[in-house]
Amino acid sequence: MEKVMEKVRIASIQDLPEKMGKTVRVGELELAVFKLGNGKVTAIENRCPHKGGVLAEGIVSGEHVFCPMHDWKICTTDGQVQAPDVGCVSTYKAVVENDDVFLLI
Amino acid sequence: MTKEKIVLIGNGMAGVRSIEELLKIDSDRFHITIFGEEPYPNYNRIQLSKVLQGDTEIADITLNDWNWYAKNNIQIYSGEKVMQIDAENKAVHTDKKRVVAYDKLIIATGSVPFIIPVPGHEKEGVTAFRDIKDCEKMINTSKEYKKASVIGGGLLGLEAARGLLNLGMDVNVIHLADVLMERQLDETAGKMLQKELEKQGMSFLMNKQTAEILGEDRVEGIRFGDGEQIETDLVVMAAGIRPNTSLAKESGIAVNRGILVNDYMETNIPDVYAVGECAEHREVVYGLVAPLYEQGKAMAAHICDEPAAGYEGSVLSTQLKVSGVDVFSVGEIVEEEETKTIKMFDDWKGVYKKVLIRDGKMAGAVLFGDTSEGNKLLRLINKKADVEEYIGAAEEAASGAGLVASMDDSELICGCNGVSKGDIVCAIKEKDLTTVDEVKGCTSASRSCGGCKPLVADLLAHTLGDSFDASIQKEAICGCTTLSRDEVVEAIREKGLSHTREVMNVLGWSTEGGCSKCRPALNYYLGMIKPKEYEDEKESRFVNERMHGNIQKDGTYSVVPRMYGGVTSAEDLRKIADVADKYKVPLIKVTGGQRIDLFGVKKEDLPGMWADLDMPSGYAYGKTLRTVKTCVGESFCRFGTQDSMGLGVRMEKKFERIGTPHKFKMAVSACPRNCAESGIKDLGVVGVDGGWELYVGGNGGTHLRAADLFCKVKTDEEVMEMIGAFMQYYREDAVYLERTSVWVERVGLDHIKEVLADKATRDALNARIDEALSVTKEPWKEVIDSEKTRKELYETELVSATK
Ligand code: SRM
Ligand SMILES: Cc1cc2nc3c(=O)[nH]c(=O)nc-3n(C[C@H](O)[C@H](O)[C@H](O)COP(=O)(O)OP(=O)(O)OC[C@H]3O[C@@H](n4cnc5c(N)ncnc54)[C@H](O)[C@@H]3O)c2cc1C
Ligand code: SF4
Ligand code: FES
Repeated sequence: MEKVMEKVRIASIQDLPEKMGKTVRVGELELAVFKLGNGKVTAIENRCPHKGGVLAEGIVSGEHVFCPMHDWKICTTDGQVQAPDVGCVSTYKAVVENDDVFLLI
Repeated sequence: MTKEKIVLIGNGMAGVRSIEELLKIDSDRFHITIFGEEPYPNYNRIQLSKVLQGDTEIADITLNDWNWYAKNNIQIYSGEKVMQIDAENKAVHTDKKRVVAYDKLIIATGSVPFIIPVPGHEKEGVTAFRDIKDCEKMINTSKEYKKASVIGGGLLGLEAARGLLNLGMDVNVIHLADVLMERQLDETAGKMLQKELEKQGMSFLMNKQTAEILGEDRVEGIRFGDGEQIETDLVVMAAGIRPNTSLAKESGIAVNRGILVNDYMETNIPDVYAVGECAEHREVVYGLVAPLYEQGKAMAAHICDEPAAGYEGSVLSTQLKVSGVDVFSVGEIVEEEETKTIKMFDDWKGVYKKVLIRDGKMAGAVLFGDTSEGNKLLRLINKKADVEEYIGAAEEAASGAGLVASMDDSELICGCNGVSKGDIVCAIKEKDLTTVDEVKGCTSASRSCGGCKPLVADLLAHTLGDSFDASIQKEAICGCTTLSRDEVVEAIREKGLSHTREVMNVLGWSTEGGCSKCRPALNYYLGMIKPKEYEDEKESRFVNERMHGNIQKDGTYSVVPRMYGGVTSAEDLRKIADVADKYKVPLIKVTGGQRIDLFGVKKEDLPGMWADLDMPSGYAYGKTLRTVKTCVGESFCRFGTQDSMGLGVRMEKKFERIGTPHKFKMAVSACPRNCAESGIKDLGVVGVDGGWELYVGGNGGTHLRAADLFCKVKTDEEVMEMIGAFMQYYREDAVYLERTSVWVERVGLDHIKEVLADKATRDALNARIDEALSVTKEPWKEVIDSEKTRKELYETELVSATK
């Protein structure tokens, strides 16, 4: 079945804190949106696969975020938990157009 | 030209080490593929015992991370099992239907734990102790259940039992024989070991044969051959291991107990090798890494067509990795008619030594209680030295330095990794190494079990002579760098570095952006060195310190306002009550630190709540001054000799908000009855007639430590001066996340006393802490006043979508 994507605006790029996460709620979904050091914006679900830690509050390093609960390291671009832990979170596509940040949901 | 294709089955310690040996000889010659059934990169299985005992974490035991595979162009398929070897067509088939061809095949499938096939062995709650998965299972079980039983009183079983004790479980060890570790220890040592472990809290059921595991789906008990039963929630089978040979056997490779190999680790099938615990060499199957690494080396030389002597077998030594117990055993341990022994037994001190001699030559030894001679004995027994050499050597300096000096260059320092004295000395000289960590990085010595670390340190001291600096023998601050805390701090000072990013760039961090260990540490060091210039990096702060509240497991926060010295007023209590009502706070609790905590506050509500409270943050979340507990003191108490509340409030007001390496707690009691628990604080003050006593380095947390008496002073002013100096010296000298209790033990109380004895030094330290204090700001107020911070950190973007 073809999935229909919706493009929603979440914030202007200046409103996102640099190298930190931002909690974004879209309907039922809660996402962690990151503006990385290289300016890229990434979005993943805001629940750690370990015990549900809020990832938006983690320490961001490069493209990764460290969960604030027990320090799992998760890639914010592909959602993969890094070894030695295992698991993954859903990722969402974020696009920046002019000053606006959009999510494809 | 196409490269020779090597396929390795088994991504474990022996297999991957062999690949490292191949790469060492020729890094370019092969195209290498590795299959590993476990979903991890190669990790240090030995350290699982330490993980279980809580001394290290799974994240820290990786030996070769994913980058290593990529960097060496190794194709790794992890979480994938090889199902069949097609020796005729030279290819392997996997459970993911992958077929990969090889020119040379290495089988390193290790062992499988032996699960005693008694009725009920498949029940939930029965586990082996072999891999990360087992380790996690035990840790998780310990969170819900209390009673554990370990079947098997050998090395593995005892290490598991110690781990389960540390996890808070009651532990029974069930053993078939009447002596523990009977393969490595004689009766005397085995009984001494049992006594010691009983003291540590283990219970033993000796001479017991397990007959049945009882319970419904989950284990509830064990029944023994003699009819006796015990209750248990967890059964750890540590009754031995079996070489994992099924794949080889099914593929037509000759197998006895293990896969049969010659001195070059070749099996009976051309171009198929076997190495590690799955292999049987000259009728011996090894279960420790040192011989396996030697095998890997011999095999690699053979594969690369280098002239080599081949592997000739090893003499084994064992050590038990249980803290507080020193046992060592090597070679032959059982006395026979034609052997003679040298024995020493001191029941009082709990020390036992037995050296076994055969035909005048050193043949084996058992040590208990004092294992300092272990390395020397291993060396002598390995070369079958004459007993005279041992007796002669006993008189020479027994110190470590004397020992390393007397060793030949070819003798092994690190048995696990096969690193000789010569290798290490050479590396130290050629690469100007100065720390044990650097030696480990360059030579692999002490990388596996870590038992030889003291020897490496001795050798370093011996080789460097006067230029050896014992104080820098520290660990790297995290995996992103090899530099220690002192090296980093020195570089920041010398080079005038001013941002975490700059530190990482200039000092050659191996990761982009650091990690959750080094970033907060660097942020602290930079702020400590230049309190006035450095701009704190929110993004390098752990969530609690960034958000100024303790994060809870459901993502809400707790709010703890200051209550200086534990003294409050009706007005403040009313404010707290009103705020709790207004924001529907789910739990209000008096903390162990003499103040009130409001739990379960939503992130979005924090700024509003702080504004309504209009009280300063109590920093219940910070690496800073937490509380100053006080007792009621002279104003009301019939024993009080001093104004403890007054002094406590003054201390808290002066030092609140100062950043420290770890949290810092203080207390003031007005008499030695110590109602404010001054004896377990980072800095505790106790009132005595005509003055105050100051205690430092106490800790009431994980590792309880009574504070040491630091000094006695007469006036409140002197107390404040001492605290300022002590705190600033701790700020400047300790490693980030090192509590004063650990710091005081590391650098020594006398050393700190000596430094602070000098008035000029104290004044300088106080001037520096005053400077740092002068720029601190009330964090809750800052958030209330900054719309930008409120928006960035505390607001959730709500976006509506049509579906
Ligand atoms: C709230 C409080 C428990 C309570 O309900 O009473 C508390 C709560 C926490 N303590 Fe504590 N500790 C509290 C008093 C203590 C005390 C008692 C004291 O201060 O007199 C101790 C032992 C004394 C000591 O530290 O020497 C204590 C020793 C610890 C430790 C072990 C520290 C150590 O060096 O071993 C930790 C873990 C750590 O810091 O790494 C810890 C960590 C924690 C954390 C922050 C766990 C965490 O990292 O999330 C808890 C936050 C709970 C939350 O959700 O907000 N807490 N904690 C107490 C707050 C006191 C305050 O007013 O600030
Ligand atoms: C808790 C514990 C403590 C220990 N302590 C010590 C100690 O103090 N000192 C010491 O010297 N030794 C110690 N050992 C023993 C040491 O860990 C082993 O000797 C060593 O790991 C063996 O290496 P190996 O490569 O032969 O096997 P392993 O490290 O077990 O590696 C074999 C790997 O092959 C994989 N595999 C198996 N079959 C297949 C297949 N068909 N396809 C793909 N992959 C497969 C397995 O999943 C495994 O990961 C300890 C072991 C344990 C469990
Ligand atoms: S003792 Fe402290 S850290 Fe442990 S659960 Fe209680 S509050 Fe949390
Ligand atoms: S909840 Fe994320 S690491 Fe535990």
